[in-house]
Amino acid sequence: MNKLNDRVSTGLLTTAMYVLALMYLFPIAWLLLSSIKPGSELFSYPLSIFPDTPTLENYGYAWSTMEFIKYFINTLIVTVVTTVLTIIASATCGFALAKYNYKWLSVFFICILATTMLPTEVIMNPTFMVIQYLGLYDSLAGLIIPSINTATGIFMFRQYFLTVPDDLLESARIDGAGEGRIFFKLMMPIAKPITITLAIFSFQWRWNDYVWPLIVLSDPNKYTVQVALRSIVGADNINWVLLLSASVISIIPMILLFIVFQRYIMDTGATSGMKD
Amino acid sequence: MNGRIKDRKKGWAFLFILANVVLFLLFFAWPGVLGIYYSFTDYTGVEANFIGFQNYIELFQDSSFYKAMSRTFLYTALGVPMIYIASLGISVLLVSNYTKGKAVTKTIFFLPWLISPIVTGVIWRWMFGESFGFINYLISIIGGDPIPWSSNGDLAFMVVLFATTWANTAFNMLIFIAALINIPKSYYEAAELDGANGWHKFWYITLPSIRGTSFMVILLAVFHLMKEFPLVQALTNGGPGTDNTFIVQYIYQTGFDQMRVGYASAVSMILFIILLIFALIQLRFEKRGRI
Repeated sequence: MNKLNDRVSTGLLTTAMYVLALMYLFPIAWLLLSSIKPGSELFSYPLSIFPDTPTLENYGYAWSTMEFIKYFINTLIVTVVTTVLTIIASATCGFALAKYNYKWLSVFFICILATTMLPTEVIMNPTFMVIQYLGLYDSLAGLIIPSINTATGIFMFRQYFLTVPDDLLESARIDGAGEGRIFFKLMMPIAKPITITLAIFSFQWRWNDYVWPLIVLSDPNKYTVQVALRSIVGADNINWVLLLSASVISIIPMILLFIVFQRYIMDTGATSGMKD
Repeated sequence: MNGRIKDRKKGWAFLFILANVVLFLLFFAWPGVLGIYYSFTDYTGVEANFIGFQNYIELFQDSSFYKAMSRTFLYTALGVPMIYIASLGISVLLVSNYTKGKAVTKTIFFLPWLISPIVTGVIWRWMFGESFGFINYLISIIGGDPIPWSSNGDLAFMVVLFATTWANTAFNMLIFIAALINIPKSYYEAAELDGANGWHKFWYITLPSIRGTSFMVILLAVFHLMKEFPLVQALTNGGPGTDNTFIVQYIYQTGFDQMRVGYASAVSMILFIILLIFALIQLRFEKRGRI
């Protein structure tokens, strides 16, 4: 009786899970399938789920009309440089907040937490003025430099370094190691999992970011992928053939990242200290 | 000797946070102060004259401000429970003993995390197109009339909510999974001995055990939805008309398109105060509860 019950439960719940998964998958699948339909098929009723004559033509079209290479390179520069700098800044800052006891450090920690309440989206105009004043307007540096500071990154490292026993530092100090050495030779290697997690996060944040490029950039030659996509979808007459394939192309780097780092990403909740 | 080591430690500590301090001052404190200042001026890009609380008085009489604000609140009030239920429900399925094939479905549920808000908007706009969308096609197959997903404000709002839930499930799901697998198995075993059914176990063990996590997920989602911008930009562009213009888009339109910087800054300050209130509520709960 009990066994039968178990089997029924398993059947029902597994079905429910797959139905939900299908619902979550469908929007992406529909985008992919639509992107390989020739333009004439895209709007011809009755719609067919699978394309009659699948083609990669649209991708070539998107690649050549949109100067995608340029957008890709711009976005890649911003993403990679920001990610590297974010990790260095967040790790050092998180380490200092976790392992030194000074009043001004606690004050600064509160300041960092405050940044989550007044995000850039909220103060776009003043931020724009500051960017202009600093001569960062319409440059990739204007995208990179402000984005280095992230409360989440600092918080992740701080939480992680709090779990490292102080004895470890003390014994290294007794052995005569300086603070810089302790950090780079001892702490950074220990913090490898959190470094990878933040790297993945930062890559996703920057690659998919829209608000900063919107504020900082005006020259289409400097556009990032997201702003370029927005310029198509914001047009009065949306060129769907172009938009669909361009959207797919824009996702590819994220998919690659996911494939390579899948293990780390899926364990995120468990390692990032976000679970509390 | 000891003093020198202390000084050196202090120096290093300062060095370690230096970059973040500079960035904090330049890109948070400065714009923040500037925003407060602008909100009391009539700045439109030329000259800033001090006008006291004029902007605040004006915005509290402005129906477009109320419209954007109330739409944003409604969006948050509906979107957050949807995200919560979807991500918790899915993570319960993904840790259950009664489901098979978890690895594949977990990957599928996670995919939307990779996709940017702009592309999410594109995807849902495409699916819910009025004359060419897949959903209306399905409806026409079962004999229904096409539904005006983009020309009716409330229907467009629904599509925005669907897209929001879809896009925000993945990350919260991971957080919930981590919390769920940390609940001691013995709790459930004890409950089973007492004859508890699945629903009892969820209600009396699972939910209380993940209270802290739930609270964090809800708060993060509230913050996120209160300042939603790119998704709507791509999905409806705030339309039809201004029906789904949320507050950040409103700030952008008044501040950049109309160049009413003073007015937009006043709106920013109102939004800041709202977010601050949410954060303070969280602080209270956290002090009372765990930690």
